[in-house]
Amino acid sequence: MVDLSFTATTGTREAGHRASAVTEGRATRWTVLALVFAFIAIFLLLPLILVFVEAFRRGWGPYLDAIVEPDSLAAIRLTLLVAAIAVPLNIVFGVAAAWAIAKFEFKGKAFLTTLIDLPFSVSPVISGLVYVLLFGSGSLLGPWLKSHGIEILFAVPGIVLATIFVTFPFVARELIPLMQDQGTGDEEAALSLGANGWQTFCHVTLPNIKWGLLYGVLLCNARAMGEFGAVSVVSGHIRGLTNTMPLHVEILYNEYNAVGAFAVASLLAGLALVTLVLKTILEIRYGHAIAASRGH
Amino acid sequence: MTTTPAETGWRFRQPSVIPGFGLTLGFALTYLTLIILIPLSGLVWHTAALGWSDFWAIATDRRTIRALEVSFGTALIAALVNVVFGTLVAWALVRYRFPGRRVIDAMVDLPFALPTAVAGIALTSLYAPRGWIGSLLAPLDIKVAYTPLGIVIALVFIGLPFVVRTVQPIIEEIDKEVEEAAATLGASRLQTISRVLLPGLAPAILTGFALAFARGVGEYGSVIFIAGNLPYVSEIAPLLIVIRLEEYNYPAATGIATIMLALSFLMLLVINLIQTWSRKRYG
Repeated sequence: MVDLSFTATTGTREAGHRASAVTEGRATRWTVLALVFAFIAIFLLLPLILVFVEAFRRGWGPYLDAIVEPDSLAAIRLTLLVAAIAVPLNIVFGVAAAWAIAKFEFKGKAFLTTLIDLPFSVSPVISGLVYVLLFGSGSLLGPWLKSHGIEILFAVPGIVLATIFVTFPFVARELIPLMQDQGTGDEEAALSLGANGWQTFCHVTLPNIKWGLLYGVLLCNARAMGEFGAVSVVSGHIRGLTNTMPLHVEILYNEYNAVGAFAVASLLAGLALVTLVLKTILEIRYGHAIAASRGH
Repeated sequence: MTTTPAETGWRFRQPSVIPGFGLTLGFALTYLTLIILIPLSGLVWHTAALGWSDFWAIATDRRTIRALEVSFGTALIAALVNVVFGTLVAWALVRYRFPGRRVIDAMVDLPFALPTAVAGIALTSLYAPRGWIGSLLAPLDIKVAYTPLGIVIALVFIGLPFVVRTVQPIIEEIDKEVEEAAATLGASRLQTISRVLLPGLAPAILTGFALAFARGVGEYGSVIFIAGNLPYVSEIAPLLIVIRLEEYNYPAATGIATIMLALSFLMLLVINLIQTWSRKRYG
């Protein structure tokens, strides 16, 4: 981060007076800060604290009971399984797409980049709906799948597909600008020294992009484990079978099992906190090696 | 990614010594087509199969219109709130040095990282009549949970990082000399902000607004818990899609989804136009 800041700690009145031309007065500064703190506290901090307070309302015993309950464990296993399939597939896609887009000049590149961003502008519910239309009983594929005993909808494959759809852009989006910035000089040097394409990728490109890749994977994984809308549409909500953690939170909450719902939710909130901490560490330590654009 | 030499002479790309173009582009396009394009075109195909009169009947159904109004209306209000507070947060994060700045900077991304269902139940418990905030508002006769106001609260939560993360880098790039020049020429701080700084930030703020708005329109997980989901009052369009699906009324679900998508793409187009316009104007 560029330090353009006026140091709010100017000691002497003279310095304060001189600086006042390019910053706000003390009263304005305090008002802005108070508003910012209040806003962040009410909208971000309180909900986060509430999750943990509600989860531990009856102490450790009921908290652990809610988590080791078979349906909760099944939901945790399913969420891990879905992320373990969806995230690696999107990593392979992201690296391949970024390689093609960043290292080559071809027609239609801008259009392809726009298409990759498409899932971000689609409501999660619609992301699930398209798979219902594709594989449901009313579709062209539906009867064929049924006669061959292949279950996609209301089963694990549908959940994986919907998760891949919503987390599709994360890795590619992080890598494309990063690899475009890095250009092709390093790879050309490696190739001219006799490395083959795979060696060039493993020993030259990968070390250059590893932090950016990790950053993208982190965001992709958080979304994959936390996705609700898309998965909710295709899952069928079968307890112990097709319930991911977020869906299980919904079921417990609607059953007025607040401790159970918030206990499972606290695991997801913990995941979010770990994601934020790792993300911040990456930004602070390897900011230069991550694409300039933060967030998404 | 392989040792296969790059096929040279393809008219649609410039020659390069780097290998793997065919493989990586081929894989990326196949994956994109299978995961995104075929399913999405299925939606278009199903809508086209509806026929105009059926589609029109779905589009003009009072419950559909009302749900779209709720979704777009609450998303608009939430995005406006986020424009004000998001810009303030971005400004404070870049310009002020205060204890906890790093923590707040990291916290801004919480809505990206926290699963929407978790946010949904947390906000609902917070604003329910007996919740921490709800119980403070109850004596004032303000009901948040299970009303459209609750939807706005959830969408403010979801949309905040879009505005902050769009505006923040632009504030970082502001050349301090411009402000000094304005001050030297006798502008008050307020004039400098309103005449010099805000016009430069306007395109970024607008983009952040559009992103937060678009996300809010499609948001589902964080809203359905707090909304109360009363038809014609606090029922959002994505929920109506889910309800129609559960009724096996696929045509209606498809129709509403297509209308939402069309409106979202319109938003995307507007974002791109804003960006092109601002690039032209501010180079």
